[in-house]
Amino acid sequence: MKISRRSFLKMGGTFALGFTALPGLKAFAASGLLKASPDPKALAGKKWAMAINMKVCREKGPEGCKECVVACHQVHNVPDIGNPKEEVKWIWKEPFANAFPGQEHEYLEETVKGQPFLVLCNHCDNPPCVRVCPTQATFKRKDGIVVMDDHRCIGCRFCMAACPFGARSFNFRDPRPYIPKLNREFPTREKGVVEKCNFCVERLAAGLSPACVEACRHGALVFGDLEDPNAGIRDVLSSRFTIRRKPELGTRPKVYYVV
Amino acid sequence: MYNARPVIIGLAVFIGLTTFPIWRALEKAAPAPEPELDTPAIQQMPEKLCVEATPTMRARHMQLLGDWRAGVVRDGRTVYAGQAGKKYEMSLQKTCLKCHANKDKFCDQCHDYAGVQPDCWTCHIAPGENKP
Amino acid sequence: MLKRALGGSQRYWSWMFFLLALVGTGLACYIRQLDRGLAITGMSRDVSWGLYIGQFTFLVGVAASAVMVVLPYYVHHVKEFGGITIFGEFLAVAAVLMSLLFVIVDLGKPMRLLNLLLYPTPGSIMFWDMIVLTGYLLLNIVIGWNVLESEREAVPPPKWVKPLIYLSVPWAVSIHTVTAFLYAGLPGRPYWLTAIMAARFLASAFAAGPALLILLGLIIRRSSNFAPGGDVIQKLARIVAYAMIISVFFVGLEFFTAFYSQVPGHMQSLEYLFAGLDGHRNLVPFMWISAVLAVTALVLLINPATRENERTLQIACAAVFISLWLEKGLGLVVGGFIPSAVERVTDYAPTVPELLIALGIWAAGGLLLTILYKIAVSVKEEEPGMVELAQKRREVV
Repeated sequence: MKISRRSFLKMGGTFALGFTALPGLKAFAASGLLKASPDPKALAGKKWAMAINMKVCREKGPEGCKECVVACHQVHNVPDIGNPKEEVKWIWKEPFANAFPGQEHEYLEETVKGQPFLVLCNHCDNPPCVRVCPTQATFKRKDGIVVMDDHRCIGCRFCMAACPFGARSFNFRDPRPYIPKLNREFPTREKGVVEKCNFCVERLAAGLSPACVEACRHGALVFGDLEDPNAGIRDVLSSRFTIRRKPELGTRPKVYYVV
Repeated sequence: MYNARPVIIGLAVFIGLTTFPIWRALEKAAPAPEPELDTPAIQQMPEKLCVEATPTMRARHMQLLGDWRAGVVRDGRTVYAGQAGKKYEMSLQKTCLKCHANKDKFCDQCHDYAGVQPDCWTCHIAPGENKP
Repeated sequence: MLKRALGGSQRYWSWMFFLLALVGTGLACYIRQLDRGLAITGMSRDVSWGLYIGQFTFLVGVAASAVMVVLPYYVHHVKEFGGITIFGEFLAVAAVLMSLLFVIVDLGKPMRLLNLLLYPTPGSIMFWDMIVLTGYLLLNIVIGWNVLESEREAVPPPKWVKPLIYLSVPWAVSIHTVTAFLYAGLPGRPYWLTAIMAARFLASAFAAGPALLILLGLIIRRSSNFAPGGDVIQKLARIVAYAMIISVFFVGLEFFTAFYSQVPGHMQSLEYLFAGLDGHRNLVPFMWISAVLAVTALVLLINPATRENERTLQIACAAVFISLWLEKGLGLVVGGFIPSAVERVTDYAPTVPELLIALGIWAAGGLLLTILYKIAVSVKEEEPGMVELAQKRREVV
């Protein structure tokens, strides 16, 4: 068989390329991920969602109750910067008219009108923030939770422009000095990255329910798997009339409200 | 060769200057630091075992940490089957640094020596940092 | 060819050092921004993009507008454009570079920029924007440089450049279309959620870019021995006139849809920009300046007497440029964020360091543009008879 110089060089080049890829392959084979598995204690679900019973929250909770907010922000090292322009928040309260634009009218019942509503990331089934992220730093897990990989975020804030719920916060400055009490079991964030509610994936992985759900002593927050017919959240959704924020945008939010 | 003398002298000076850091290092030859294992948590261990064997950890801890990071954050895998079948929670703060609580003597010393600056600690909380 | 940029009058050098000083100031402010974070800017949780991304958007338009000289010359063989094509292409190079710099200074973690390549995400418009912008930059550098080099040697450009030139025409349209898609595909921002966003972007780009090119051409004529002819300036002026008419028409369409339909989300941003919302009127004066300038420009451009008079044409071009710079470089981006997702109005005003960083990037673009134009002009000046021609053209004016 005769091989021309040209094809010899081509073949040589291909082999050389193959060899340079070898270490990469080896690294993959030796990857520690083969020895990693989920915790057997972990709460597993296919479509995690939350139902917030604002009626219970209003009627049972003391005036101005913020226990869920405090618990979340404490456990996740959310800073208290004090300047509304740079505010970082995962779960907070908005008046009804702000949480549900266009839904308030002047004759609305007084128990709802102007009342604070809990808002957080909706962990949309069709999340625009995931669609626009150029590095997959924000992504939807198999169990439906939309999370941030802050190791990867480049801080372009495209997700903040894309989120119709204002659920995302950007770290305009180093948050560390503004965290009143560090939770040493959880990382903080750093300046230049975006963050938001993670539906407590770190707690689900250890078999615990979300911090806000646990903190609410009146059971106003119900967390569960929509795909599980026996889940408590399915009970709430099938027995009460619930609404979601801005459903017309097609993001399919997974936080439901009993008004 | 034209202007041989200035050219050769110039070259010698250039090489001498650009290789200066190597000469200096040779003369000083700072000894490689030995990571210190003297923490209460390690002292109490009946058998002093890390998640993987020491040579593996020494050579590949950065890959392992990278894998852990991807596994936990992106994949939801949080438990690692280490050497001798022992299970570990995959967490820098909750696992690695619980034993290696002496970050300055265990991590920083070698990283400084090797001239690498891993940026773990802008988010992850080192032991003793910001003690409330 | 590069050494042609190294010889120049004292005025050339003082201009270069002036720009360099601005670049230095911008860089110093940027280093501070790296240290302190984006807290030193006027951006906020609610208005999370500001001056930087506005400038980026505007400059992508300026870059895309090079197609307005490339298309007539290379596709329609309109000879008059021959003298000025290279300046359009070099303007595109400087504009793309500035727009990329504006994206970089806007990033919270610029050191992770290469994550864009490490984790390519075809579903993200930003991924495609990066691809089309870097591609367009390379195309224009390669085309401009090769065409100019063969012009210096007085030979036709190499054959392989031709297909690249043809490719650059749709590519120019693509950069501004993709940039418009960054905005037009977001569900919760009604001001941006408009199907004519890309068309609006292209129309305003084809007005602002050639207007800038006319002004630059007149500066070159005054300060060198190469003079772009009055005929090509007039051809460009007509392009600016048509594009500006279309651009203003498109903005009118937005107003009709918003205010006749009376859908609150679609009206609120426009209300904020032109009348103020909930007592916040920060941008109102700027938007009205933009509107007045746009009308002035239209009057001067549509009227043949004022369009053909280079003195009034200059005023019209400056008016077009400033009007669209305010509309697109400021109002478009900030307006989209107001009101916020929870119906609040947060004012935005750039801070001093933010302005200085932006100015530094403009100066860096100006520096590059001056160098490229200096090289191109010095090649053009060598054409036989050019010095006398330039003399004559200057006297006519």
